[in-house]
Amino acid sequence: MTGQVRSAGLFDLRYILGLLFGVYGVVLTVMGLWFTDSDGIDKAGGVNVNLWSGLAMLVVAVLFAGWARLRPIRLPAAGQSVEAGETVEAGRD
Amino acid sequence: MGVLADANLRLDAGVVDYALLGFYFVMVLGIGVLARRSVSSSLDFFLSGRSMPAWVTGLAFISANLGAVEIFGMTANGAQYGVPTVHYYWIGAIPAMVFLGLVMMPFYYGSKVRSVPEFMLRRFGRFAHLVNGLSFALAQVLIAGVNLYALATVVDLLLGWPLWVSIVAAAAIVLAYTTLGGLSAAIYNEVMQFFVIVAMLLPLTLVGLHKVGGWSGLIDRVSAAGGDVANQVHSWPATNLTGITSATLSVLGIVFGLGFVLSFGYWTTNFAEVQRALSAKSMSAARRTPLIGAYPKTLIVLLIVTPGMLAAVLSPELAQYKASGGKLDNGVTYNNAIELLIRDLLPNGMLGIAITGLLAAFMAGMAANVSSFNTVFTYDIWQSYVVKDKPDDYYLRTGRVVTVFGCLIAIGAAFIAGNFNNIMDYLQTLFGFFNAPLFATFLLGMFWKRMTPFAGGLGLIVGTLSAVFIDVLNRNEVLHLAGQGASFVAASVAFVADVLVSVIVTLVTRPKPDSELVGLVWSLTPRERRQHSATGENAGWYRKPVVLGGGVLALTVALSIVFW
Repeated sequence: MTGQVRSAGLFDLRYILGLLFGVYGVVLTVMGLWFTDSDGIDKAGGVNVNLWSGLAMLVVAVLFAGWARLRPIRLPAAGQSVEAGETVEAGRD
Repeated sequence: MGVLADANLRLDAGVVDYALLGFYFVMVLGIGVLARRSVSSSLDFFLSGRSMPAWVTGLAFISANLGAVEIFGMTANGAQYGVPTVHYYWIGAIPAMVFLGLVMMPFYYGSKVRSVPEFMLRRFGRFAHLVNGLSFALAQVLIAGVNLYALATVVDLLLGWPLWVSIVAAAAIVLAYTTLGGLSAAIYNEVMQFFVIVAMLLPLTLVGLHKVGGWSGLIDRVSAAGGDVANQVHSWPATNLTGITSATLSVLGIVFGLGFVLSFGYWTTNFAEVQRALSAKSMSAARRTPLIGAYPKTLIVLLIVTPGMLAAVLSPELAQYKASGGKLDNGVTYNNAIELLIRDLLPNGMLGIAITGLLAAFMAGMAANVSSFNTVFTYDIWQSYVVKDKPDDYYLRTGRVVTVFGCLIAIGAAFIAGNFNNIMDYLQTLFGFFNAPLFATFLLGMFWKRMTPFAGGLGLIVGTLSAVFIDVLNRNEVLHLAGQGASFVAASVAFVADVLVSVIVTLVTRPKPDSELVGLVWSLTPRERRQHSATGENAGWYRKPVVLGGGVLALTVALSIVFW
């Protein structure tokens, strides 16, 4: 692993996914807790599908955000090549 | 029929559902704007600057294919044929994806080509390059139009929006993020779309299974519905799917026609797919792209076939339609399977997620067409033959302009499709035929160094024409193949014709010198050049392509045995 690291050039998709499912999770959980009428529950055979999906999405959101925090994108410092394999190939060309 | 269908399928979408949909589009456009900052060269625009991590390209790889046309078509197959639909994934995709990652990717990525047609140019010269480049570019814009039109009809059916509003709005959104962020924006959106699709399919499957009493309850209900039960609950011999009455020939048709020719042709040579792998940040990541994608591909079929089968027993309209053998005119067909299930099972809230998932799938499909079209048009047609040797920023600007034109042509094609529905259906079938001979040419070209440039181009043309010939024979009832068997046979014939023509022409024409084929032909490429770095980010046994490929094949075999 390269020692010098600078922040990522392209933004980290995992935070975007975390945000999307975080918002969706909150909306669905709120819907499931207070705004899903008995018709909506009967449709799904007695399951409160909004509530369960909402909670699952919140878990997914936390997982994405956690993954992005624990393993941030590492780019080699400017001037270094991207990786060893690239150097070998570039040398050959 | 329109009035009846409208009344049947209109979803009761509320404010919350539209808000969830709106938030998704804010994210989509946000990704386009953010990705804009990382685009400073044509390689950034067309290939994400070769910087993507393998998990992103891997998911984009299958997501580019998991468009709405695929979701509607495969749930329809699930509703009509049942379990045999799994063949489209376990036989019709996984082996080809593993082959791409293990065998072909070192040539694609290692030769530093920027597109599949460019590989044809290096290996076979201009004739094959032009044939492949032009046919691919044309196919992509027209298929983008088919996608747009399909989106508009679904939105009309579900939400009641006029066709032209959906066509223009969807094209404008796709245009906005692909011109801004190029391939990076398309890929990020594909990955996001993948997760939203799963967020739609997983609850739908689980709730549906809960309603019928689990998998065994579903099998009971399918059996109770009658018809060709044995074929619907077992994956083999799938005579209902192929329309080939002999069990042995049916299996052969699936294994050779679908599993070998069609599937390898599509997954290993279709640039809309391969482009995702070429954008990976290293040879190791490029090889892992189709292999990582293969795992979710193996599993997601369960979330596609099951809802299809569920719809056919849970939706009274579809159950009636199926009981009548597809003859009843009650405003629904198998293609409505997923819509009916969404309408009947999901309350407001999850309904919004499902609508978002479907629209996202349509748009991601179109974006994949557009982003591969602009790359091939700019690099392989404009830069190679029309305006050569300009500075890079000229081609970056060209790419953005070409994207605009691509979307405009797609809009035009969508409106034409609205008036001549059958023509677009034929066209799509026809474009499917380009891939089978292309794979034959690639396979010969990669392993047989003698194969000549002229053989490469002529093989493609003759192969495609022979597939068209078989299709015409079948449509005019000279051949009698119902079901999906016709396309398996047409593709197989195209493959064989391509091989024959290529071999014969090669024997009487002059091959390229060996020195020009290094890195393009297996026997002339040194072993170390086909390898990749296994240090740093690419270290670890679980990142070895052979381990990943073997793992997914084992998983597929295990699932095949469970669903035998």
